[in-house]
Amino acid sequence: MSVYINKDTKVLVQGITGSTALFHTKQMLEYGTKIVAGVTPGKGGTEAEGVPVFNTVEEAVKATGANVSVIYVPAPFAADAILEAVDADLDMAICITEHIPVLDMVKVKRYMEGKKTRLVGPNCPGVITPDECKIGIMPGYIHKKGHVGVVSRSGTLTYEAVHQLSQEGIGQSTAVGIGGDPVNGTDFIDALMAFNEDPDTYAVVMIGEIGGTAEEEAAEWIQANMTKPVVGFIGGQTAPEGKRMGHAGAIISGGKGTAADKIKAMNAAGMEVAATPSVIGETLIKVIKEKGLYDQCKTH
Amino acid sequence: MNIHEYQGKQLLRQYGVAVSTGLVAFSPEEAVKAAKELGTDVVVVKAQIHAGGRGKAGGVKIAKNLDEVRAYAKELLGKVLVTHQTGPEGKEIKRLLVEEGCDIKKEYYLGLVLDRATARVTLMGSEEGGMDIEEVAEATPEKIFKEVIDPVVGLTGFQARRMAFNMNIPAKLVNKAVKFMLGLYQVFIEKDAAIVEINPLVVTGGGDVMALDAKFNFDANALYRHKDILELRDFDEEDAKEIEASKYDLSYISLDGNIGCMVNGAGLAMATMDTISYYGGSPANFLDVGGGATAEKVTEAFKIILSDKNVKGIFVNIFGGIMKCDVIAEGVITAAKEVGLQVPLVVRLEGTNVDLGKKLLNESGLNIVAAGSMADGAQKIVELVG
Repeated sequence: MSVYINKDTKVLVQGITGSTALFHTKQMLEYGTKIVAGVTPGKGGTEAEGVPVFNTVEEAVKATGANVSVIYVPAPFAADAILEAVDADLDMAICITEHIPVLDMVKVKRYMEGKKTRLVGPNCPGVITPDECKIGIMPGYIHKKGHVGVVSRSGTLTYEAVHQLSQEGIGQSTAVGIGGDPVNGTDFIDALMAFNEDPDTYAVVMIGEIGGTAEEEAAEWIQANMTKPVVGFIGGQTAPEGKRMGHAGAIISGGKGTAADKIKAMNAAGMEVAATPSVIGETLIKVIKEKGLYDQCKTH
Repeated sequence: MNIHEYQGKQLLRQYGVAVSTGLVAFSPEEAVKAAKELGTDVVVVKAQIHAGGRGKAGGVKIAKNLDEVRAYAKELLGKVLVTHQTGPEGKEIKRLLVEEGCDIKKEYYLGLVLDRATARVTLMGSEEGGMDIEEVAEATPEKIFKEVIDPVVGLTGFQARRMAFNMNIPAKLVNKAVKFMLGLYQVFIEKDAAIVEINPLVVTGGGDVMALDAKFNFDANALYRHKDILELRDFDEEDAKEIEASKYDLSYISLDGNIGCMVNGAGLAMATMDTISYYGGSPANFLDVGGGATAEKVTEAFKIILSDKNVKGIFVNIFGGIMKCDVIAEGVITAAKEVGLQVPLVVRLEGTNVDLGKKLLNESGLNIVAAGSMADGAQKIVELVG
């Protein structure tokens, strides 16, 4: 078992003929992901990396039965690409694109209310279930199949955490990059809920960063509902106040959303928080040893 | 991106939102000319910088005649104004806004901002205007009213009315306040603003409802579709290195330390700064080269880091996903050769095309210290910088 995606997931690549999309389509295919279709308006009937290309998502779904889409469409058109995926009733749309205007995402969020599709991202590395399905831009080789769920707002920090876990022989059930934008789809609580229900996930690593209050809310949820240990880390502990740090979401405002606030909330929920990003793996291992889960998590 | 008060007011005027009348001036002569044109007994001379707290810091003067206008303009132009938002280094005043004096009956607060929790634009209002709204929010949160706006219908008339009544706008002026709010929302949406703040919004003796101040911040990701807003950018208000970085789509922020950092991804960049600090070092900058960087971009990033005279060493920390390690390596090599690297360089590479990247660095003949992990790299650069 895993969360969101597995070996049966049929993937559709929106914007497949762009250079970034082509590169990562190739990487995903090499990893073993079942990519059944691509969409680029006007390029229908052609092929990209051996994958049939369609003009519309609807057409691609009809012809191939794709159920999850990954979006590499440039920012000015990305919101529309998400809407198209939602309109086609896909199970999930994973949007990799960064720099989408935030008011576009406000509309997308509103449009998605009551719809079937789950959105992950935008501005995220994607989702991977090791050895089964890799959707996004993460380097596949650092992952290892196993039982620790990873959920993170930061792409590269996810890689960092996963890499540490794999090096210690601790595999992952699924790693979900939810993205760093202020308005996004799947949030920490959604992913934590999924990991909590997944019988093959025994523990979770949650990586947040400064700005917003998503980590505080997740900590509250964990305290009330989570039956599995969750270890945390917060990026931006030394970021100067009021400076914008690249992610539109990572803004410290009005004394809310500081690293200290978040760590306090996580500790209050009984979570261990790694002091530096380099000890995320170590911290998780310490906790699963205490809970007697180490042997089950260690990949043999 | 921020704009000046006078630019914000011009924008509001275009949308029929009432603002106080005024003219921009770049010299004392222009200030006097502006005051003459306004023709009122009292004019207000306001420093135009991208920071709040100008009034308290002495950046707003009330002049009762043209001699006073000239004197205040001379005093303010060229002066470095330090407010609670500028940091201790302050900001030099290069522009003034000369405005009609205004018969203020009462000051209110009005703001539009994206609320992350609801993923909706939210209108905030309070009758406690003219002061630090964050203090009001903390001490008396019940005095701040909110209207969450559905993007399908936008800010509705009833919401604006409810806000006006909640703010205790005099009943006979509620319609003017509603018109003001609807116009404000329209600007916000059509220009892709991130924050619009009117503090204070005033009710005048003459029965007008108007903006006495206007703070705009725009979504950087949407500027591509607003050429008119981009033209309002004031480069004097920004750090020279940050301007250079923005030309290459690099996300760069100057800091006070001496270890230059080049990282991919905002999260990892922040975590790298945290790790350097943890080992006793001090980062000179935040620099996220982003996902789609080319060798040319990386070269420019390297040059920008080295243009900071405080930099005594550089730590490159890359975990390639969308970013390929060989591209980073090529950029680092080109830049190091071009600028004649004089300071220690520690490089940690991991991720997509890592072996190719490491090979390029090894064969470059450059004096590069390789690091096995982020912690290892941070320790090494802190040690080398001393």
